Order: sequence, then structure tokens, then C-alpha cells
Amino acid sequence: MEGEAPSMENPKISAYYQTRLAHFGVVSTEWLAQAQSATKPIPSSSTDAYTDKDANFSVIDEFNRWRNHPDLAEAVAAIRALAAVISSSKASTMMQLEIELKNASDTLKAWDTTSISLTAASDLFMRYVTRTSALEFEDFNSAKARLIERADKFGEISYKARKVIGMLSQDFIFDGCTILVHGFSRVVFEVLKLAAHNKKRFRVFCTDRTGLRLSNELAKLDVPVKLVIDSAVAYTMDDVDMVFVGADGVVESGGIINMMGTYQIALVAKSMNKPVYVAAESYKFARHYPLDQKDLAPALRPVDFGVPIPSKVEVECSARDYTPPQYLTLLFTDLGVLTPSVVSDELIQLYL
Amino acid sequence: MDPPRRAPRTIIDPVPKFRQVGFFAPGAPPDRSLSGPPDPTHPSHPIADTSASLSPVMIPPPRHLSDNLTLHARSAAVPRRAESITVGGSNSDAPVSPAPSSSYSSRVVVGGDRGFFDGKGNDAGKVVASSFPRGGFDLTALKGNGAVVPASGLTTVSVVNDSLGIGIPEKEKASKGGGSAGEMKDQSTNSKQEKPKPTKAERRALQEAQRAAKAAAKGEGNKASATATSVNAKPAKAVKPAQKADNASVAATEKKGSDFPHEKDRKKDAPQPRLQYDDKSRVEKAKRRSIVKHTEARNRVELFRHLPQYEHGSQLPDLEAKFFDLYPVHPAVYKVGLQYISGDISGGNDRCIAMLQAFQEAIKDYKVPPEKSLGRDLTAKIGSYVSFLIECRPLSISMGNAIRFLKSQIAKLPLTLSESEAKTSLQSDIERFINEKIILANKVIVKHAVTKIRDGDVLLTYGSSLAVEMILLHAHELGKQFRVVIVDSRPKLRGQQLLRRLVEKGLNCTYTHINAVSYIMHEVSRVFLGAESILSNGTVYSRVGTASVAMVAHASRVPVIVCCEAYKFHERVQLDSICSNELGDPDAISSVQGRVDVNHLDGWSDIENLQLLNLIYDAMPSDYVSMIVTDYGMVPPTSVPVIVREYGREQVWI
Repeated sequence: MEGEAPSMENPKISAYYQTRLAHFGVVSTEWLAQAQSATKPIPSSSTDAYTDKDANFSVIDEFNRWRNHPDLAEAVAAIRALAAVISSSKASTMMQLEIELKNASDTLKAWDTTSISLTAASDLFMRYVTRTSALEFEDFNSAKARLIERADKFGEISYKARKVIGMLSQDFIFDGCTILVHGFSRVVFEVLKLAAHNKKRFRVFCTDRTGLRLSNELAKLDVPVKLVIDSAVAYTMDDVDMVFVGADGVVESGGIINMMGTYQIALVAKSMNKPVYVAAESYKFARHYPLDQKDLAPALRPVDFGVPIPSKVEVECSARDYTPPQYLTLLFTDLGVLTPSVVSDELIQLYL
Repeated sequence: MDPPRRAPRTIIDPVPKFRQVGFFAPGAPPDRSLSGPPDPTHPSHPIADTSASLSPVMIPPPRHLSDNLTLHARSAAVPRRAESITVGGSNSDAPVSPAPSSSYSSRVVVGGDRGFFDGKGNDAGKVVASSFPRGGFDLTALKGNGAVVPASGLTTVSVVNDSLGIGIPEKEKASKGGGSAGEMKDQSTNSKQEKPKPTKAERRALQEAQRAAKAAAKGEGNKASATATSVNAKPAKAVKPAQKADNASVAATEKKGSDFPHEKDRKKDAPQPRLQYDDKSRVEKAKRRSIVKHTEARNRVELFRHLPQYEHGSQLPDLEAKFFDLYPVHPAVYKVGLQYISGDISGGNDRCIAMLQAFQEAIKDYKVPPEKSLGRDLTAKIGSYVSFLIECRPLSISMGNAIRFLKSQIAKLPLTLSESEAKTSLQSDIERFINEKIILANKVIVKHAVTKIRDGDVLLTYGSSLAVEMILLHAHELGKQFRVVIVDSRPKLRGQQLLRRLVEKGLNCTYTHINAVSYIMHEVSRVFLGAESILSNGTVYSRVGTASVAMVAHASRVPVIVCCEAYKFHERVQLDSICSNELGDPDAISSVQGRVDVNHLDGWSDIENLQLLNLIYDAMPSDYVSMIVTDYGMVPPTSVPVIVREYGREQVWI
């Protein structure tokens, strides 16, 4: 529950970033202490989340329980929590159940409005679960059982997605290649781990402070790793054969929303004709269509320059950016290896 | 297409060697005159250039066959061909290599279990003869061949890509029915024509190939065979003398060709060939049938001779005089037709709604003649109305879709229905089409597009589009603070009407002409455009000038948002605005309204060497479009075919 507490109290730092922090150890805790000390009283907006939470039995609790699972992505945790809502529901008609489910997913979405994968996964889950033709002409209990079955299946699919992606992407990693990885993504790590396991010989460049964790993990697997600061990306791009990134959300245009810095790496890679591969599970496909960088709900993060910033100076502290599809080569998803334009096709089929 | 999405392939396998068959150019310009299929009537003739043709049909023989094959090896050839041949429409023999072949909107690997990429990187890149039928263009092939038009559907090419990614057409072959004498090309190997027993599909391929070859040859001939190489290809020989010189672009010519003798083979859903107005005999025939008496304009622009161009202003009195004649056209349809001619109804949606309402009237007054069935007779009747409307003004694509809807509704009327029931059902179908596909669709578009307007935005629009107007008004109602720039152009000056309506509602507007668009674009943050139609390659077909506005916006990195109802989507593909367009009244651009002193062009039609061109539409490539807002949400231009595929059917089966 640690991740949740500051996000509710400190409006300046998005829950999105909190989660990343808790999972990937983004920065040391100094800034957290700093940020918390500067915390103002709880803003009124976040109290809504609390009342919601009280009214609804325990989606958030359930969600948090799953979320603490280290391997489980936030979205999968949400899916599991929603599945739990169905099985523990006391509703007696299909309509009630659906309403209950809808409320639960709304609560989840409201818990962190900045998280794209959370929203996308909740929406997709609702679609997947409620859109069965068998629902109409069955009695309630068997219909509910069917729903639970579907929910479990969806949870299973989501959970296994990472493995599928790891398998699919193996053919793209060849012996002797150098891979630039931005940030820490569990999917990308899975891919690299599997490649190392398959005795591929490759080298990894890690960027950013989040790369610290990745380099740690990769070093354990005896993969040669080099840490690169963000500003050295263009400098090292000559030696790089491909760029691998994860994604927080894959949007309808086929572009991705990811950790700050992805866009510029993609730009550099594009100008040097290096392929940019994105590993993302299909539950991250979201019905968003950003037109430019400012077209996103901002997710803020603290930026620590190590020195005190003069009061008149502004600091850009957005935590993520949008990479348009023309800078991406391929997306590795559990649906297969897709070109960016297929994302919209899939979304249209899923949602309409 | 979309160059940024091409997959760099060279990184993975330094020497990828694979066969490629599909939509791709056979090679660099020097190879352009390689042999294509010969004309069966002149079996021994050299073959015309085929590289510019667009036919998607191809019959690839395996590479090894061609080396030592003599002309008599036919019996041996046939069974072996079968294993590696891909015949038919869009099936392409995709490169099986670990490389990401970024087929346009097609999936490279579906699911993990298919094992496309079973092999390790190195061996999978070798020559693979098995074919994976897969739709779409293969961009990797295009990449290797530079920016050559993705053509050559009918040639069969084996490409060995070297590490530089340059495709060398090592062998080019075509199957044929009659001819046996192949032409030798000294490219890297010698190629010989073989003579397999043609299957039906192959015959079709051949026919298409010949047509395309002719088209290509003509194009070649007209361009003074600039591209012909020293190789002994004589494109002109393949041209049948009966064919007149034809300036239409290849695609147009091909379309025309498709109503040649093989209509039976044609698939039912193939687009109807349009009348090419430079085909004299056909135009004569059409004229005899027509109701509206057009006078052909003189001084037509060479490039646009295939489009109808009439003297304006002469038809109207003639038609009005005929109004009271006993004539098969229903008065309501007649009225709409007259309104089209006079220009009283001109917006895409307005025209469509007017037409549908006229049909509604006509159906109401319709009586089934004795001994005829309603379904057949009414379809014929509607058909005659439509051809009358076409004579008044060429149909827009949206109207075509609406007519298709209506006809399918008639076709699937249950036979048990009584006449009056059938008529009511059809009328309510039309009503529903207007409501759901046009009015509601616009509301949905507004709902989506409004989310993209932020406070402080400067929105630019061009001309007058109903959807855009509704978006702007709605955003204003929501209290968003924004400014509108209306760009307009002569001769219609539609933007002024829009400007008036917006200003009345209290919006903050700027009005300018298209000449200043590059100046004003710097202060703009979003461009909203309407569209006449969106084609399945993402090309936006819209009022002339729209493409320029979008191009300037793209160059200034301003997002271009196209708002278009889904009923205007069409499965056709168009690459330019030449082969299908509409010509307006040239007098409209020669004189300036309200300026009698600007009379430099008076009497221009008497000057032999002066032609005026007043185009109505232009085609904007999908690269300039950031987003399409439609009733199914906000989609990228690459998703238009998905919507056409998923909902085009529903539109018919509403």
C-alpha cells in the first residue's frame, strides 16, 4: 500500500510515476522524502477516490493485493481484481452484475487517471467479458459462471502475454548485435532474458536511471551491459543495431506512450536508420489518439537536478512522452508481430 | 505509401536472398523494358513494356526452371510450377526471411504458433520457394527498388537482393496462351518464354496483362519512349491499331479496358468502368441515349480529356422546357437534377440527401407495372434515374454508396411483401440511411473531434464543410476559447458562407484566401478539413485546394484532422487526382465576379492554344493526414480499409 499513499496525498506526482517507482526503483528515496515534506493537505479531488472506495467493497484492495505481486503488471492486477469482483458479487441479475462490474472498473480507472494501461485493460476486460453472445438465453448462474470463466481466461492470456512476446521476438535478436534499451520494461527484460537463455550473443546499452536496474539484472545473466546517459544516445547510436523499448500504452495511431525519452531515442534511431522495436502486451492498446505531445493527460514526476533550483525557473517534469508511429518499426505483442498500423485495426475490431 | 514505416531489413541478415513476387517494381529504370506477356494475336512480336502496369495478377515460375528450359519443356514445367506459383489477386509471395517485412497494415506473424520465423536468422534468408499468400504491398521489396511505381503485377520476377538491398530482376517471365517465341533479355541470365497450358486464372492474368501492356505501351509511346532502353523492346508494336491514342493515366486505361470482351470473367464487385470521354465511339453512343443535351466544350486540357467537360449554361433552359413532357424521369428526380445543374445543391451531403429524398418521392408514386416484379422493375427504374442524375452532374462517391445501399435494399425485399408494404419499407430504409449515416454520423464526429480542441487553439479550415462547421459551433457552445482561420478560394468562395454563419454565432474568425495559407499556417495549431470521400489507401478526395492546405500544414508540423462520415468511404484506390475527377465550368475562373474590368480572358474559347482548367476535386495522400474523425471514432488513415471491410457490408445490410 506504500505506493498508493503518496499518490493520494501528493497531487504533484502522478500515480503513474509512483507505480513505476515502486516497481522499478526509478530513483532513490531522497526525492520522495522531499516531495512528501512539501505535501499540502489532501486536495478535494482525491477524496472522491476514497468515497468510491468505501462504497465499493474492495476492488482497490483486491487490486493492491495483486499489484504487490512483483511480476504482475498493473494492468494484469486490475484484470485479476475485476475478475474477483465478478466471483464475489452478490448480484442476482445480469444487469446488476454488469453495473457492479462497471462501477468497479470506473473506480479502478479513477484510482489512477494517468495510467493508460490501467484504463485500457479495464475497458478491454469489460469488452471481453461482457460481449458473449451466450449471455442472453442462459440462467443467471450459468451465465455468471461463464463470465468468471472468461474473466479467468482473459487474466491468463494477459499473464502469459509476456512469454509469447519473448518467444516472438527471439528471431529479431541475432548473434553479435547491440541493443539499446530505454528504461526498464518487464517485457523487454523478458525478451532479453530469453535471448540470453537461448545462448544468443548480444550486447545491451541501457539508458537512464531506470536502466540501472536493468543493467543489474542483465549483469546477473552475464550479458555485457553498458550504461549510457540519456544525452549520449545519439553518440552511441552508431554502434547500436536496434532499439528496444517497452510501452505504457499503445495508442490508436500505432504510436506509443512511454517513459520520457523514448521519443527522442526513436527520432535519433530513425535518422540513423536503426529499427525501433516495441514490446507491449495487447492489453495496453488504448483508445486514445494523441495528436502531439501536449495532447496527453500529463503525468508528472519530480525532477531532481541535485542542486537547488532558483524559484523563478520552471522545471519540465512530465514523466512520459508520445512516440508517433512513423518512428516505430514493429510492435511485438501477444497478438503477433505487428506494424504500427495494425494497432488501430485491432482496436476497431475490439471496440466496435 | 508510407516510407517511414518501412522496416530496415539489412541489419538482420547481411545477405538476404529471397524470391519476391508481388506488387513491386521489377527493377531499376534500365530494366523497365523487359519482356512482358505477348499479345496472342501477334505471337511472335516483341513484348511491350509492362513495368508500368498495375495488374495484380502474376504467375511466377520457379527460378531454376528458367535456366535451361527450352521451349519444348512445357510438360515438365507445368507440375513444377504448381508448387511455387501464386496466382490471383493480391496474393504475393512474401519474402520469408527473419527480416520484418512491413506489409502495409498486414500482420507479419500472427500468433506464436505459426512458425514463420522458425529458422535461425541465417538459413531462413536463403531462397525459399514456398509461398505464403498474404495481401498487401510488400514494402521491403519496394525499398530495394527505390521509388519506382509499385507496378508490374503481371511480370514474374525472381529477385536476388544483395546486401545493398538493390533488387536485380534476374528473371522475368510471363505465361501466355498463344505465343511461344520468347524474347531474350540479357540481364543476368537468359529468359525464355514457356508455353504452359493456361488455366482459367492464368488466362485471366494474361488478358489483364495484355491490357495493361497496351496501356503501358501507349503511355510509353506518348512519352516518346524516354524510358525505353537499348534493348529491342518495341512498345508501339503491341498497340492494336484499333485503339486510339489515349492520354488517360494507366489506371484509367485499365479501368476502361476491363469492359472489353471479358465481362463474364469480371468479378461482380469490380468497379464499374467509367466512361472515358476521350473514347469517341462510346461518347457518341452515350450521347444518343442521354436526356440532357450537352454541348461539348472546346479547348479541353489535354490531360483531362477523359473527363466530361461541357459548355455550361446551355442545358438548363432546354431541360426546363422538357419538364412537362411525358418523360420517364420522376418530377422529384427531375427537380433535383436541375438543381445539380444550376448548382443550387452542391455540398456532398446535401446532394446525397436531396437525391435520396427524391428517390423516396419516386418510390411513393411508383406503381408496379403488370406482369413485372417490383424488385426488378424498381431497380431498373432507379437505375434510369441515376443515369439521368449522372448526366446532370457526375455522381459523388457518397451518392454512389447511397445508391448501392438502396439497390441492395430493393434486392433483399421479401417476395411475400405486398406492394405498399414494400414501398413503405423502402421509404423508411431511406429515411434511416439519412438519419443514421449522415445526421447521426455528423453528431458522433462532432463529439469526437471536439475533444481535440483545447483552449487557446487556432483552428484552420478550408472551404465549407458541414462536419467542421458543426464541430466549431459545438466547441464554441462548450465555451472553449479558440480562434478560427477560414481559408477560401475562388471561384466558389464557399468559405464566405461559413464565415458568415460562424461570425453570427460569435466566433472569433480570420478570413483569408489560399494564397496566404503558408503565411497564416505558423499561427495555426490544428487544421480541420472536410472530405468528399476517403479511399481505401487513405487518400482523401476533397474540394480542390484541400491537398495544398494539408501539404502546407504537414510541412509546418500542424496536425491535419479530416472529418468524414463513414458512408463516404470507398474501397477504391486512387493515386492522383487526374484519372478520376470532375471538371467545373472554365468560365468561372476566367472572370471575376463583380469585376467587369478584369476581362483579360474574355473570349478565351476562341483562342486555339489556350485551355482553362477548373478542377473540382483533388486527392491528398494519406501522409498528410494525422487523423480521420469518422462515426467509428478517431482512426489513422491506415485504418480506412478496415472500416470499409468491417462496416461496408453493414452499410449495405443496415
